[in-house]
Amino acid sequence: MSTNKKKFNSFLSPGHNACAGCGQLSAAQSVMRALTDDTILISSTGCLEVTTTAYPQSSWQLPWIHSLFENAAPVASGIKAALKKKKKKTKVVIQAGDGATYDIGIGLISGMWERNEEIVYICYDTEAYSNTGIQASGSTPWGANTVTTPAGEKSFGSNQQKKDMLKIALAHGLNYVAQSTTAFPDDITNKVKKALATPGPSYIQILSPCVPGWKIKTNQAGEGARLAVQTALYPLLEYTNGELSNSSINKNFKALPVSDYLSIQGRFKHLSEAEIKQIQALADKNLKLFKL
Amino acid sequence: MSLKNNKIKNPVTQPGSALNNKTGDWRTEKPIIDPNLCIGCSRCVKMCPDACMLMKLDKEGKLKAEVDYDYCKGCGLCASECPVKAILMEKE
Repeated sequence: MSTNKKKFNSFLSPGHNACAGCGQLSAAQSVMRALTDDTILISSTGCLEVTTTAYPQSSWQLPWIHSLFENAAPVASGIKAALKKKKKKTKVVIQAGDGATYDIGIGLISGMWERNEEIVYICYDTEAYSNTGIQASGSTPWGANTVTTPAGEKSFGSNQQKKDMLKIALAHGLNYVAQSTTAFPDDITNKVKKALATPGPSYIQILSPCVPGWKIKTNQAGEGARLAVQTALYPLLEYTNGELSNSSINKNFKALPVSDYLSIQGRFKHLSEAEIKQIQALADKNLKLFKL
Repeated sequence: MSLKNNKIKNPVTQPGSALNNKTGDWRTEKPIIDPNLCIGCSRCVKMCPDACMLMKLDKEGKLKAEVDYDYCKGCGLCASECPVKAILMEKE
C-alpha cells in the first residue's frame, strides 16, 4: 500500500472536507495515533464518513468500510467472523457519531455486545446530528438550541435529558468503557490502546465540539471540550470490568461553574439563570456520583 | 467523470487520495509559528484536525512545530491551544 503516512504521520490524511477547527476530526486524529496498520475501520453514516470519503477520494490509509447508518455493528461482526475463520488477529474498530450510536444503531450495537465480540466501538459525541444540519439526537443535552428543538419565546430548547450511553454499555457487561473529550488527545490515545488490549467488546465515547452545532468559533473546540471536563459536565471516566478506575478520580479537583462552559456556546446563550441552575445541578450530581 | 468512459471500473479509491484535495485555499487567517518561543511540546500537532502540523528538528536538534500550508484551513485551534502563545494568526 503506497501511502504518504511518513510525511503526515497519520492514518487519516489531510485533504478531507471537515469544517475548519472540527472537534471530531481532531479526536479522530488522536484515535489514529493508537492504531497499528493491522486494523480494519468501520464507519457508520455521519460527518466522519462523509467528510473523509468524498468520492473519488479517501483520507483513510487503513482498510475502511461504510455501510448503512445503523449497520456499523453487524458489519464489524461479519468482518470479525471472517478474520476468525482466517485465524487472523487484525483489530476491528468502529467509528460512529452520536446519532448512529444513541438512536439509529442502538439495537444492533446491543446485539454486537451480546455476542461478546472483540470489537472497539468509538462514539464521537457531538450532541446532535451535525452532518444533516444540527437536529437533536438522544445525546443532545437539556436546554440546547437545535434545529428540531429551537429556543424561543415558548421554548428553552431541548426538554429531554441526555441519554446515559455509558450506563447502557455497562449494563451489557463490557470489560472496558471509557469517556474522554477532544481537549485531551493523550487521554484518548491511551484509552483506545487500553480498549484494544482488553478482551471482549469495549466502548469509548469522546465529546467532540462541533463548530456549527455548538455555535462556537473555529478555534474553540479545545476550549469547549476542556471546560466540559473542568465543570464536571463531561468527566474523563474509565470503567474496567464494570468498576470506576482510580484514574478517573481526582481528589484535588475543583469544578468551575457550568456558566463558563455554557457561555462560550451559541446553542446555550438563550438560557435564563434559573435554567443554568438546573444544568449546574447536573454537574453537582456528577461530582457526587463519580467522587471527582 | 462518468462511468461510461470506463475510467472508473470500481468504487475503490486509493488510500489517502484526499491529499489531492489541497484545503489550504479555504484559509482566511494563517498561523505563523515563532521558532524562538516554540518549546516543542507538540500540543498543536495532537490537536490539529487536519494533521497538517508537523514536528521537525531544527539546526540545533530541537523539535519545532511547522505548518503545512497546502492543507491548513486556518481554524486557529493550534494558536489557541499553544501553551506558550508561540503561534499567531495573521490575515491571509
